[in-house]
Amino acid sequence: MSGILRALFGPRVPQAEFEANRSRYLLPTLLLSAARVLLLLSLFLPYWHMSLEAPQYPDGLSVTAYVNNLTGDVKEINALNHYIGMRPLEDAARFERAASVWMAIAMALLMEGAAFIHSRWAVLLALPAVLFPIGFLVDLWYWLTTFGQNLDPRAPLSSSVKPFIPPVLGEGEVGQFYTVASAGPGWWLAVGCSVLVVVGMFFHRRAYKPLHDRANAIAGTEGA
Amino acid sequence: MKLSRFAARGVLAIAFAAAGVLATSHAALAQEPPAPRKRVRKEKEIAPPTQGQLDALAKLAVARKLTPDDLMAAAKTYMPSGRIDDYILFASGGQSGQVFVLGVPSMRLLRSISVFTPESWQGYGFGGEKDPVRERLKINGKSVDWGDSHHPALSETKGEYDGQFLFIGDKANARVAVIDLRDFETKQIVKNPLTVSDHGGAFVTPDTDYVIEGGQYATVLGYGYAPIDDYQKSYRGMITFWKFDRARGRIDESKSFAMELPPYFQDLADSGKGPSEGLVFLNSFNTEMATGGIEDGKPPIEAGASQRDMDYMHIIDLHKAEAVYKAGKVETINGFAVIPMATSISEGLLYLAPEPKSPHGVDVTPNGQYAVVAGKLDPHVTIYSTAKIKSAIADKKYSGVDAYNIPILGYDSVMEAQVEVGLGPLHTQFDDKGYAYTSLFLDSAVARWTLGGEYSKLHEEQPWKLVTKTPVQYNVGHLCTAEGDSAAPKGKYLISMNKWSVDRFFTTGPLLPQNFQLVDIGESGTTMPVLYDCPIGVGEPHYCQLIKADKLKTWGVYPETGWNPHTQAVEPGAPRPGSERVVRNGNKVEVHMTAVRSHFSPERVNIEEGDEVTWKITNTERAMDATHGFCIGGYNINLSLEPGEYVEFHFTADKPGTYPYYCTEFCSALHLEMMGYLNIKPKSARAEAK
Repeated sequence: MSGILRALFGPRVPQAEFEANRSRYLLPTLLLSAARVLLLLSLFLPYWHMSLEAPQYPDGLSVTAYVNNLTGDVKEINALNHYIGMRPLEDAARFERAASVWMAIAMALLMEGAAFIHSRWAVLLALPAVLFPIGFLVDLWYWLTTFGQNLDPRAPLSSSVKPFIPPVLGEGEVGQFYTVASAGPGWWLAVGCSVLVVVGMFFHRRAYKPLHDRANAIAGTEGA
Repeated sequence: MKLSRFAARGVLAIAFAAAGVLATSHAALAQEPPAPRKRVRKEKEIAPPTQGQLDALAKLAVARKLTPDDLMAAAKTYMPSGRIDDYILFASGGQSGQVFVLGVPSMRLLRSISVFTPESWQGYGFGGEKDPVRERLKINGKSVDWGDSHHPALSETKGEYDGQFLFIGDKANARVAVIDLRDFETKQIVKNPLTVSDHGGAFVTPDTDYVIEGGQYATVLGYGYAPIDDYQKSYRGMITFWKFDRARGRIDESKSFAMELPPYFQDLADSGKGPSEGLVFLNSFNTEMATGGIEDGKPPIEAGASQRDMDYMHIIDLHKAEAVYKAGKVETINGFAVIPMATSISEGLLYLAPEPKSPHGVDVTPNGQYAVVAGKLDPHVTIYSTAKIKSAIADKKYSGVDAYNIPILGYDSVMEAQVEVGLGPLHTQFDDKGYAYTSLFLDSAVARWTLGGEYSKLHEEQPWKLVTKTPVQYNVGHLCTAEGDSAAPKGKYLISMNKWSVDRFFTTGPLLPQNFQLVDIGESGTTMPVLYDCPIGVGEPHYCQLIKADKLKTWGVYPETGWNPHTQAVEPGAPRPGSERVVRNGNKVEVHMTAVRSHFSPERVNIEEGDEVTWKITNTERAMDATHGFCIGGYNINLSLEPGEYVEFHFTADKPGTYPYYCTEFCSALHLEMMGYLNIKPKSARAEAK
C-alpha cells in the first residue's frame, strides 16, 4: 500500500488485535450503521409540519414536508396564498426535494466509508450527516423567508397582508390564520442520526487513533 | 474474515440504496391527493347546572310562560351550534316537486333536493338549451316542469334501510325518481308509459330489486281514449314494478313490467318482508267504480265511491309475476310490458281481500307477519295475517270473484284482528317495542296501539289494543317513526305530518304552511308528548322516511376533480387548470373553463351572433363548501358548481351584446370580483368589418 493510500485509509486492524478487542472496533461501525438506518428511515417520515387554524376551517388546514415531498392541504393553502400574492408552495425547494433522497443515500454511503477509513479523514465523510438536520432547517428558513418576503404587490389582499417571515418553528399569525410549525419525527430521526454519528466518531477515534499513532511510530522508526 | 465483513457491508449498502428507491416511490405515492381528514373533536364534559342557573331558568320559564313540559321538550330537541342531529328526515315536497331534508330531533331544514321541479339554486334545469334535466322532465314531448312528489322510499338491504338511494313518486304525472344519497341529487326520472297519474309510489322490495309504483285514477292505459261511459270496460288500473340496478344506481326500464288491474282507485302499497317476502299489498277504494257526473244530476264521486262497506286489498305474488313476465306472457302497451288481468288470474298472481271502507295505508309489520290496513272511512285498523293469506291462497278459500273474475279471499280466513283507533285512520308505522302508530286524520291525533303475536312479549299490555292517543295540530296525513317501515324500526321519534296548521304559526296570508310535529315515542307508558312544531312553507309534504344519520355516507366534495354528477364518474373531457380555451369550429364554439377562488378562466369570451355554444366548466376546488355558481343574464342560465363538479351547457348566442357572467354563490372575499365578459359580436358589426 502506498504512503498516500495508507494515510487516507489509515491502518488496518491486525486479526489478533481485533479478536482481542472486538467491542472496541465493532462499536464505531455499529453506531455508524445505526445512524444510517435512522437516516434512511427518516426519509419515510415527516420532517416538518405546519397547521393553520381559522374560523371557517373548523378542522384546520395543514401542510407536511417530507425531505422530498409536500403533502396535506397544499392545494387549499395555495388557493388562499394567491390572495396575498405568495407563490405556490410547490415552487419552493424544487432542487432540494428532487435531490434529497439521493443525498441521503450518498450520506449513508459516505458513512459506510467513514467506518472503513481509519484515519482523521473519516470525519470529513461523516460531517454531512451530522449537519443534515441543521441544514434542513436553514434551507426551510431560506425558502419561508424568500416566499414570505416576496409577495406579489398586485395581489388582491396586498394591502391587508404585508410581507412577513413565517416562523420555521413555533407559532405565527397571518391574516385570519393562526399557525403552528413543528419538527416532525423524520427530522428528529435525522437529529438522532447526527448524534449517533458524533458518538460513533468519538469511538472511531478511540479505536483507530492508537493504531494510527503506532503505525506512524513504526513508520518513523523505519524511516530512521 | 475481513473480506466477508467487507462483503456484508456491501450488501448493507445496496439494501440502503434500495430503501432509498423505495422512499422515492413512496414519495410518488404521497403525491396522490390526501384523503379528507377529520380532526377528532374532543367531547366536552357537561357540568350539571348550578342552583343559581336553575333559578334563572325557572324565572325565564315563568316570564316566557313555559311549563316544565315545555322546558323538557326544548331540552330534548335543542341542538347547540355545531351539534349534528341523530336522525335525518326525507320528506316529500308535494306540489313543490322537491324533497326536503331535515335533521331530527332539532327539525332544522337542512336542504331541499330538486326532483320534479327546476330549481335555480341547485342549477337544476337552468343549463340553457337541451338541459338534461329539462329533457328528463318532458312527457310526450311536452315540458312538464313540476310534480306532485308523494311517497319517498329509502333503499333497503334485507328489509333494513341501507342509506344508499331514495325513490319518490310524482302523483300528478306518474313518474318515479331516483336520488343518489352520496350527493343528494336526482339521477333519473322514469315516466310510466301506461298511466297519467299514480299514487302508490314509491315502495321498495326488501332488497330493492324492484321499486313499486301503484296507480290510482284509472285511465285507458297507454294514453288511449274511451268515453267515460265505457269506464268499466275500457279504463284500467295498474301496478308497475321498476327493476332497480343498484350497481348502476338506475332503474332499468327494459327489465321493468306492469300488471293490468281493475279500474278501482288503487292507493298505497307495501312489500312483504321476512315470511311474506314476495307478496305485494295494494289498497284500493272506489271499487264501486263511480265516475261522478254531478253536472248531470248524478251522485258526486265522493259519495259514489263511498257506498260499499268493503273495498279490496290487492295481493300480488311478485315472484310468480316476475316469472310470468320473464316467460313473455305479456302484452305491450305504449312500448311497456303489461301482464293482462286474465293472465294474472290464470297464473295465480293476483288476489283480492275485502278491507273496510276506502282505506289509505297498508303497512307490513317489521316481522312481515301482518299487514295493517287503516280504514280512513272506518274507525278501525284491520290486521291481516300474511300466513293466513298464504294458506287461503293455497287452499283456494275464496268468498267469490269480483266483476273481473279475480278471486276474493274470505275476509274471515285472512283477517287476524281489528283495533278501533278513532276517526279517519290513514297510515301506520311501527317501533321497536311492539307498538304500532296510526295517524287519525279526523280526530287530529296519533294513536299508539299494541301488536299481537310474537310482539306480545315486547310490551305489558293486551295484544291488539289501543294504548293512548296524542292530539296533533291539525289533520294529520301520513306519519313516520324512525326507520318505522323497515324490518328494524328504531322507535324514539315520530313525525306527524299535519295538513293544517291554522293557529300554530304567524298567519302568512291565506296560504298557510304545513306543520310537521315531532312526537316523543321513546318510552312506553307516556302520553307521547309533542316536542316541536316545524312549519313547512314550501309545498305540501305527504310522506317521509326517517333514517339514522350514521347510515348515510355522503360526499363533502366530489371524489375527484372533473366529476360529472349525471354519470357519477370523472368526465374525460373536463377542463383542467392549463387546458382552458375557446375553440371555434365554423359557428360552433366550445368554451373550456375552470372556476376556483376567485376567478373563472378564461375571463373574456368573445363570440359572434348566431354561434352555437357548448360551455364546459370544472370547479377545481377541493375544499368543503367551496361551491361556485355561474350565470349568464338573459339566457336563463345558472349553474351550481360544487367542489370538483363538472357541468356542461349549451345555448345559441342569438342576442348579441356584452354579457357579464359571474359567480352566483358567495364563495370568498373576492366573490364580487369573480366574473368575466361574454361578448357577442352582432352580425352587422361583422359585415362592417369586412
